[in-house]
Amino acid sequence: MNLVLLGVNHKTAPVSLREKLAGLIPEVPEAYRQLLSFPEIQEILLYSTCNRLEAICVTEAAEPAVARLRDWFGSHPEVADREMDQALYVHRDADSVQHLFRVAASLDSLVVGEPQILGQVKAAYRTATECRATGAVLNRLLHKAFSVAKRVRTETGIGDHAVSLSYAAVTLGRKIFGALSGKTVLLLGAGEMAELALEHLQADGVGRIIVANRTLERGMKLAARFRGEAVSLEELEAQLLAADILISSTGAEQFLLTRDQVKAAMRRRKQRPLFCIDIAVPRDLDPGINDLDNVYLYNMDDLQEFVEQNWQRRHQEAARAERLVAAETLKFLHWLKTLEVYPTIIDLKDKAEKICQAELKKTMAQLGPLSPEQSRTLEVLADSIARKLLHDPIIFLKRNHHLKQPQRELDLVRRLFSLDPDQEATDPKKD
Amino acid sequence: MTEIFIYAALLAYFAATGLWLGYFLAQREGLWQGGVWLMAGGLVFHTLVLAQRTWSLGYLPVATFGGALLAFGWALVVAFLFLIWRAPIKVLGALVAPLAALLISGSLVLPPGPGVVSPLVQSCWLAFHIGLTLLGNAALSLAGLGGILYLIQDRQLKGKKFGFFYRRLPSLEQLDALNYWCLTIGFPLLTLGIITGSLYAQYTLGSFWRFDPKAVLTVIAWLIYAVLLHERLAVGWRGRRAALMAIGGFLVLIFTFVGANLWMGGYHSFASFIKQP
Repeated sequence: MNLVLLGVNHKTAPVSLREKLAGLIPEVPEAYRQLLSFPEIQEILLYSTCNRLEAICVTEAAEPAVARLRDWFGSHPEVADREMDQALYVHRDADSVQHLFRVAASLDSLVVGEPQILGQVKAAYRTATECRATGAVLNRLLHKAFSVAKRVRTETGIGDHAVSLSYAAVTLGRKIFGALSGKTVLLLGAGEMAELALEHLQADGVGRIIVANRTLERGMKLAARFRGEAVSLEELEAQLLAADILISSTGAEQFLLTRDQVKAAMRRRKQRPLFCIDIAVPRDLDPGINDLDNVYLYNMDDLQEFVEQNWQRRHQEAARAERLVAAETLKFLHWLKTLEVYPTIIDLKDKAEKICQAELKKTMAQLGPLSPEQSRTLEVLADSIARKLLHDPIIFLKRNHHLKQPQRELDLVRRLFSLDPDQEATDPKKD
Repeated sequence: MTEIFIYAALLAYFAATGLWLGYFLAQREGLWQGGVWLMAGGLVFHTLVLAQRTWSLGYLPVATFGGALLAFGWALVVAFLFLIWRAPIKVLGALVAPLAALLISGSLVLPPGPGVVSPLVQSCWLAFHIGLTLLGNAALSLAGLGGILYLIQDRQLKGKKFGFFYRRLPSLEQLDALNYWCLTIGFPLLTLGIITGSLYAQYTLGSFWRFDPKAVLTVIAWLIYAVLLHERLAVGWRGRRAALMAIGGFLVLIFTFVGANLWMGGYHSFASFIKQP
């Protein structure tokens, strides 16, 4: 049994190619119907995100399966063969397991550690099971991949550190306020980054949102979007009394708030902490504000520095995650190997079952009429003798699969119990 | 028997120190939990030691400096375990556990000197004064230690240093809440301790108040905490200023406990509790 993984991702294929390939997927059930009709493919899973399109399949014949999938990937009329050949990567067995684990754990992502990828793979797996495209091996592999991803998330700090400027506001805010729920945000001016930061803050549970804009109309639009209230910039000092978090991104040429203004406000606020984010260039807030007690001011450069440090930390954590993935890959391959002994175990049990039935039939005929309890007792007797006899050989099979030549052990057991009588008779190599 | 118990408590506190320092560095929850169990186990032994000594002497064994250290260590651990049950500032453990271990070590290297303990110190009424004051001081010490953490985290946030301490210390809000919480528990206890002491002095020595270094310093510390509590409630003092005040009060308390006892004398010092034969 082999595992093969083919695909393209953001590192190998330009977005134009990924778009075209993604066009293959829209009717997923149809794609699975096509793919499962190939005799080489036993189990298959397709998953695509904005950065990748990959297929992993279980097959007995690796090379024909790779060729099939390669053709299938190239079947899009607008995809040039040469372009495809350059972009497509193929992983086999151990590499494919490791690759899938890395993808699920977000180690192969454009933004390492981003949490969405796991959900996307889970959704793709759900669809595949609905289409009956997965079997014992892929089911086990995917569940393992999900648990590896979860372990990576909980045991390493890969997702702990904010790596976007807009999310930095949330993590910094948490270090000041503990929880952000119920805090009031005052937004000065509007801009893409300010709005992104506001979205993050809102997702984290901030309460009231006040938007102060030079033109009230634009402010009201923005306020409506975030279910906040709009005020004019003239009311700034009054609004400062209510706010806990201040995000400023106006195009003003001068400082909107000076140190003295904030100092006066802090006294009236009874020293409740104030967290200021100044993402305007030129700056809106007097840098001297940061010297006041209980006021924490961050400008664009500070946030950039924060994010930069977190990137480094995230990459360190990724190295730990890689070790975890490597260990789990080995464990899975180990399990995969034990699969090879299962057919033999089933054959053994079948054979025992057949012998029991035959002997019981004979004995019952000789004993004459028996009560149901008596015949039941006989059946149990035969069954438990057979089971106890087989117990040790089965343990032997399960335990010894990791020897250097597992096939030899397997052959020995099959010959010992004559599980392949025809082959035994005709095979001249056996001595 | 008490010898074994006291070493068991010491061992537990040192082990908890190791685990909680490990928790501070690695931020693994298991280390923290292990430390809590060790501290609780250590406290059981610690309590047994104090109980056994009180039983055999017939009064609280705090007439010597070593005895007072042992009792204060006990109060500190009790206060901390009570605190983490209410407001888990876990990294504070990395300061409290070694402090508790040092206090016990101190009591071990300071053996009781020869002499007869004054009957005034043997009274069971005095146990109230001592118990309340020690517990109050323990809670206020936690406020002081928490204040140190607050100042460190405040510096990280103001200075835009997002490194070692920034990641490990809790949020400013939690640290400030710790300050307030310890203050509201510790201040009433200290107040009651002072009142009971004063009543006892009136009853035994005939005056509520004497200008004794220990009493004067304690009242100074009490005034610091009174101002802090008042300003917190009335004006909204908080954060850095509250942390600084708590640390200031803590330093005065340490000086009262150590300095006033050893160098300044007075009827309240350990030297005066014991009549040399």
